[in-house]
Amino acid sequence: MAESFPLKKNLYSFFAEIGALSKFGARFFKELFSRPFEFKEFLRQCYQMGNKSLLLVGVTGFILGLVFTLQSRPTLEEFGASSWIPNMISISIVREIGPVIIALICAGRIGSSIGAELGSMKVTEQIDAMEVSGTNPFKYLVVTRILAATLMLPLLIIFGDFVALIGSALVENIKGQVSFMLYFNQVFSALGFRDLLPATGKSFFFGFAIGLVGCFKGYNSSKGTAGVGRASNSAVVYTSMLLFIIDFIAVFLTQLIYG
Amino acid sequence: MVLKDFNLEMYENENLVLMGKSGSGKSVMIKCLVGLMEPDSGTIKVLGQDITKLDRTQMDELRAEIGFLFQGSALYDSMTVRENLEFPLRRHTKRMNIKDTDELVLEALENVGLAKTIDLMPNELSGGMQRRIALARALILKPKIIIYDEPTTGLDPITAKEIIELMTSVQKRYKTSSMIITHDVDCARVISHRMILLLDGTNYAQGTFEELSTSEDPRIRAFFK
Repeated sequence: MAESFPLKKNLYSFFAEIGALSKFGARFFKELFSRPFEFKEFLRQCYQMGNKSLLLVGVTGFILGLVFTLQSRPTLEEFGASSWIPNMISISIVREIGPVIIALICAGRIGSSIGAELGSMKVTEQIDAMEVSGTNPFKYLVVTRILAATLMLPLLIIFGDFVALIGSALVENIKGQVSFMLYFNQVFSALGFRDLLPATGKSFFFGFAIGLVGCFKGYNSSKGTAGVGRASNSAVVYTSMLLFIIDFIAVFLTQLIYG
Repeated sequence: MVLKDFNLEMYENENLVLMGKSGSGKSVMIKCLVGLMEPDSGTIKVLGQDITKLDRTQMDELRAEIGFLFQGSALYDSMTVRENLEFPLRRHTKRMNIKDTDELVLEALENVGLAKTIDLMPNELSGGMQRRIALARALILKPKIIIYDEPTTGLDPITAKEIIELMTSVQKRYKTSSMIITHDVDCARVISHRMILLLDGTNYAQGTFEELSTSEDPRIRAFFK
């Protein structure tokens, strides 16, 4: 009997957290459409999230394409289907693996950084100082970050997918003597709108989730340095779970629409 | 409930010191004054305006008249000293040109003796310097009231003395009213015109430093030991 209490408590705090996160998200939309918009801070965040993640996303994407092709090649060769490598790799990367892996990488890079930054601002009273200076800290810190993450993630995913395909093309060029031109011709003939649209669509939601959870955890972090660490850590954990849930819903809806 | 039946009045050009044990509600009180927290009941009038009835825009306008020095300085980590000082200026004086902004920033920094730090980041400054920059930021809009939250906490005695001298000179130069929360008896002795002692969420005693420090009441005497 005594053991049921922690479960009850955990369930209660889980739903309370979901409720608070939903309220936080609703406040984001409310503040997004009210003036003034902190355009300068929004641009700064786009630069921080976009430009500074390029190298990480590029390296991840390149190795992803490289390894994926190296691993698939022997099996496909065995069945005499090595000419299908560009089609298979491009569809897998663009539809599923690219967005999910890059979003997870960005959850670690962007989500944790937002959580830690806002958490430490909260602990050191910088958010209060902003409020006292006549600035709405939610608008200045949260709205700009969520919006920047929502808009930057699709761009990062497109970039990461492209670099992954370059990595894959390199393996095909070295191992299968397939020219880059032929490889990309095959890639572009294999990819259609039904691959690109759902993938790009869900990447906006991935970005929104990363920004929202990172800001929620940081903005509501409890006092003390331990709270900052917890905020940063749980931002990554919650976002990663949320990304898979969003991905499942996106795949389900895509199947429903395109059959 | 932290504060109960709490009444307080502050006068023009007055340095009012609030002392109390940790958890006695000092910080809650000053946070209510600038609208960071809302009281459950009661009225808070700042410069004649009941802040519980103000909307966000009106509250922000009122906040331009109140400078706030946070206990840990609360300088924005990601901004230079210049940007830290420009931040409240840009919020409250939207049409100010770059030249006027620069002049005000420099003037505020000169007032705290740190003009040379203008392009440094907060993490390049010592604790005492950060506290001075935070004071410059609190002063840049030339507020009528300044609230100091434990201004000398965490500083060495020499730096603490410098901050107290700075607070005194600021009060004289800007003719501000100051509310100072402190545990530092030396700070209270030098700067206070009037003191209030908070105990159990109420203003237990008030008077000048001399009156309170010579009181026979053991609960009051405990503050000055």
